[in-house]
Amino acid sequence: MAQQNNGVDSNVTNKQPLWLLAEITYRCPLHCAFCYNPTDYTNHTNNELDTKGWIKVLNQARELGALQLGISGGEPLLRDDIETIVEEAHSLGYYSNLITSGVGLTEKRIDAFKKGGLDHIQLSMHDITEEISNFVTDTRTFKLKQKVAAMIKDRGYPMVLNVVIHRYNIEHIQEILEMAEKLGADYVELANTQYYGWSLLNRNQLMPTKEQVDKAEEVTNRFRDKVGNKMKVFFVVPDYFGNRPKKCMNGWGEVFMIVTADGDVLPCHSARVLPNMKFPNVKNNDLGYAWHESPAFNKYRGDAWMKEPCRTCPEKENDLGGCRCQAFLITGDAEGADPVCDKSPGRPLIVKAVEDAQNGVLKEQPIVFRTDKNSQRVIDGEEKDRLADFHALP
Amino acid sequence: MAIEHSDIYKIAAHHRFQWEKAQDCYVILFPEGMVKLNGSAGEVLKLVDGSTSAGEIVTKLQEQFPDVGEIEKDILAMLDFAIGKAWIEKVN
Repeated sequence: MAQQNNGVDSNVTNKQPLWLLAEITYRCPLHCAFCYNPTDYTNHTNNELDTKGWIKVLNQARELGALQLGISGGEPLLRDDIETIVEEAHSLGYYSNLITSGVGLTEKRIDAFKKGGLDHIQLSMHDITEEISNFVTDTRTFKLKQKVAAMIKDRGYPMVLNVVIHRYNIEHIQEILEMAEKLGADYVELANTQYYGWSLLNRNQLMPTKEQVDKAEEVTNRFRDKVGNKMKVFFVVPDYFGNRPKKCMNGWGEVFMIVTADGDVLPCHSARVLPNMKFPNVKNNDLGYAWHESPAFNKYRGDAWMKEPCRTCPEKENDLGGCRCQAFLITGDAEGADPVCDKSPGRPLIVKAVEDAQNGVLKEQPIVFRTDKNSQRVIDGEEKDRLADFHALP
Repeated sequence: MAIEHSDIYKIAAHHRFQWEKAQDCYVILFPEGMVKLNGSAGEVLKLVDGSTSAGEIVTKLQEQFPDVGEIEKDILAMLDFAIGKAWIEKVN
């Protein structure tokens, strides 16, 4: 692999995708303020791949080696062909996961999924209070989610709860974990908000304080010790509060492949924000080409693309320079070090972001919820000032 | 807890064990994760089927690999490891 030859060659592609994420639609009945989906998602909602298109994607990715399948969105249940897709995935030998808000999960559909061989369902939850859950999703879905959780459990599915953490719910982690235990969750993922897409737009409104993050981790650790193996609790550390970046997607084009609603093939969820990139699309290219040969997938493989301080950094293998999207979104340089790293010249921008999140005036700005109307406003450049405030972008 | 020869295990609920052609190895799949198994781990777990006892697994593998001495200890250690990881569970 590229990392083993001193970064001389970044184009060694003897690896295989292990995970395929099918972002099957960007339509969603929820309007979550922290959604990582692209803010211009309305540009990608009118040309969704059809069932046949997805079946081709599943077959090609499986042939390349993918075996974990996430069926995600948007809200995947807005499509009526998930049953067919689940069946196909099962017959191909995928371990398949439906990632859902729960909206649209009826008794009839869950039975069909079970019969079709869906392996698990990951349900998003938001808070223990109806008020905050409804507020942050901008919907009335709290009670429905409780009902869906019971339905998942009842069908013998492993219950995987995903809770995105932000400053509106971070102080309720103890209660959230208690709720998860009561619901019989097998896995709970406390995913601290990462700032891309809508969550970046709402960063000042969502980011907790350092003290809150430390406390949340402490509470989580204590709960994990108590509950033991019965419920696995993952705490995804928010990288803004650390001083080294995450090894984003476990490395660009290393194990993850995402196919978007309109057929773009991406190495990570938000790669389309990067400048001067042309991503392959399954309507024109097969996935073998996309993974092995496309310039986009090869661009940030290995470390030959790195600049200083990453290039000679003794820790570069640990994080591969962090996240390309974050580097670009914050510093304007997609090849630079992820500004989360305290060796990055962009680090002061992260320090400022953490400070800004405590700034009362900025915090008071209204949240921009993920709606078609707001997406159109972003496309029209109406939220430009807000983003310019904390970006180095021109 | 020591494994008895009469103990019977199966692949744990919500886990799947399968051969992967593209990776050329056995894997264990579970929610949010997967593990690629090395050759000997794969051979052991292949026999974990909810009806073959630990003792029978040892006998079968001894017959299959007669040239490898002292494999009983390694097999039981592998089973113990898999139990610790919650990949397999006891049925009897």
